[in-house]
Amino acid sequence: MIHNKDTIPQHPAPKGTIGPIAWLRGNLFNGPVNSIFTLLGLYVLYLLVVPTIQWAFIDADWVGSSREDCSRAGACWVFINARFSQFMYGLYPSSEYWRPNIVFAMFAAIIAWMVIPRLPFKRWVALLALLVFPVIAYVLLHGGYFDLPRVSTHRWGGLMLTLLLATVGMVGALPIGIVLALGRRSNMPIVKTFCVIFIEFWRGVPLITILFMASVMLPLFLPSEISVDRLVRALIGLTLFQSAYMAEVIRGGLQAIPKGQDEAAAALGMTYWKRMGLIVMPQALKMMIPGIVNTFISLFKDTTLVMIIGLFDLLGIVQAALSDSNWLGFSLEGYVFAAFVFWIFCFSMSRYSQYLERKLNTGHQR
Amino acid sequence: MSVRPNIRPVGHKPPFWRDRAKRALIFQIILVAVVAAFLAYIIHNTQANLNARGITTGFGFLSNTAGFGIVQSLIDYSSQSSYGRTFVVGLINTLLVGGLGVIAASIIGFTVGIARLSPNWLIARLANAYIETFRNIPVLLQIFFWYFAVLRTLPGARDSMAFGEAFFLNVRGLYLPQPLFESGFGLIPATFVVAIIASIALIIWNRRRHEATGKRLPAGLISLVIIFGLPLLVLIATGVPVTWEMPELRGFNFRGGITIIPEFLALWLALSIYTASFIAEIVRSGIQAIPHGQTEAAQALSLPRKLVLRLVVIPQAMRVIIPPLTSQYLNLIKNSSLATAIGYPDLVSVFAGTTLNQTGQAIEVIAMTMAVYLVISLLVSMFMNWFNARVALVER
Repeated sequence: MIHNKDTIPQHPAPKGTIGPIAWLRGNLFNGPVNSIFTLLGLYVLYLLVVPTIQWAFIDADWVGSSREDCSRAGACWVFINARFSQFMYGLYPSSEYWRPNIVFAMFAAIIAWMVIPRLPFKRWVALLALLVFPVIAYVLLHGGYFDLPRVSTHRWGGLMLTLLLATVGMVGALPIGIVLALGRRSNMPIVKTFCVIFIEFWRGVPLITILFMASVMLPLFLPSEISVDRLVRALIGLTLFQSAYMAEVIRGGLQAIPKGQDEAAAALGMTYWKRMGLIVMPQALKMMIPGIVNTFISLFKDTTLVMIIGLFDLLGIVQAALSDSNWLGFSLEGYVFAAFVFWIFCFSMSRYSQYLERKLNTGHQR
Repeated sequence: MSVRPNIRPVGHKPPFWRDRAKRALIFQIILVAVVAAFLAYIIHNTQANLNARGITTGFGFLSNTAGFGIVQSLIDYSSQSSYGRTFVVGLINTLLVGGLGVIAASIIGFTVGIARLSPNWLIARLANAYIETFRNIPVLLQIFFWYFAVLRTLPGARDSMAFGEAFFLNVRGLYLPQPLFESGFGLIPATFVVAIIASIALIIWNRRRHEATGKRLPAGLISLVIIFGLPLLVLIATGVPVTWEMPELRGFNFRGGITIIPEFLALWLALSIYTASFIAEIVRSGIQAIPHGQTEAAQALSLPRKLVLRLVVIPQAMRVIIPPLTSQYLNLIKNSSLATAIGYPDLVSVFAGTTLNQTGQAIEVIAMTMAVYLVISLLVSMFMNWFNARVALVER
């Protein structure tokens, strides 16, 4: 046997297969049709991006305090600057901003703790977040205890209210959704019918009619001596609406768990609740985390609808600021700012859900 | 270790709380009782509250005179019409914006979804940017954007943006020429219907012939020619019995032609663009769900590229696409209720808004409004389930 000990020297790749020119030819100009599309795309990009940059950055006004500081050649971010604290806290008294700030900081810390995989004690942090944090947040935001001045809920607003509605709606919807999903798959016909009717009803009507119902009809349903805060009414409506969607997401997860898992648990003599709580539900919830995050994103966007029943969430407070006679004509700036804030939140959530999907997917890869 | 024998004497029944069937029965009885008690409580409170406020219940108010105007109605409506009529006007306006929104969202969504998979790097990135931008911004915000930031800042009637001398866009809306049909025009829709029936027959015949002999005609192309060519021929043969009424600027406003109000435009644009971003993702995932081997196998049979798509990829992708697409259509129709925020006279705005405020019949009005959306939801999902069952994969 003859061995050639010399390795063949490395040759550069053939010309025209690597480098920017080859990439352009491969991805943008392979064929006449594609070239036309590329040119068309470049033109669209030029039409959109150049004026936007010109408007938002080059011609924009950044510093000042009143509309006289705006040259009106481009965007006037002075408006956003002047109203920024309102957009964040609504009509919350400015001397008390430190209270929502603490709640914001705690909230951010909890989220970070839950999201960053390396941090330990996730279960305990989650338990604290669910049981202790709401109490602290309520005491801080609402006041009336420990010499904190009371700030009634109609002064709450802005991003603070948006986050509050979304978080409470979500945390409330999850357990109701789990119960509904289990009920929908139950063998008991009456339980199943109730759950199906409940889910299909809330899913079949627009959220806005539910908010109308919560604001107009809920007071009729309750004894006249009980009056429910408008924010609480909106929260009830949002939570019930969202729990129906959540139930369907969880049902999807339950359906994806092989029946053998439940049967094996039953063969070990576990009761229904043990089977669900220890075997089926953990797998289903883990599998449906992306779906749950998606529901949360849609709930986050849906909170804007509360402005129709007179609560000032982020969009509501921007809309109110736009009708201020001192700042007429800045609607574009206002909407771009609000859109930017919503976009950041929703986009990062959807990215996180995609990351989770990839991370949880490993178990099924061969 | 002793094993405890678990043998029950014959005829001995376990206590009822250990019997699964009985336990289920008792649990359900309790559930029914609780729900019934809850409903009774609510009904009792509602009656007490209504009595205290002096509101009479019932649907009698529907025949009272409404006394308010509605800016857009496709049927005869005046402020002398009844509240029942406001319901119908609102319903038709909801269906109009919902239907046109579904069509526009499907067209944009399918285009963007396919563009997202384009081998052209730039086109794929542009489509992705479209999706990520619009689906992460609340639809209400987008409606406000189109209405207050775009359409409300258009020039007034005198400085309208003109497209030719027929289309005008200003702060009051979009003005289009209106066709006026003369006698003899009835022949053209009739031809149209005949042409459609003929093409359906052609397609069925072509399919049978294809199955029997393996030969096929380009039936789609032929039907297209028949459907649009025949009415056109008749139109020319009868001497074009249509005149166009052009919108004209008289005084401060346009007269004549068709007016599309800015509220409709804003709602329609926002709903279509928003929903299209979701449809695009559904279309993309549907196409990607088809194993590449399917395409390769079809190509190995030397099917032309067009037929690979039409006979192999699209029919299978539709199975994946249709169920989530249904939800998006329903979302679009339900989101059209946001019309109330900008004053487009849809069902919620007209009926659950103005009519409710004027009559105070909260329960009846909200119940009717919700019932409409429930019926629409159920009808659409029934149709889509039927369609889905037709195309779904039949497995053993």
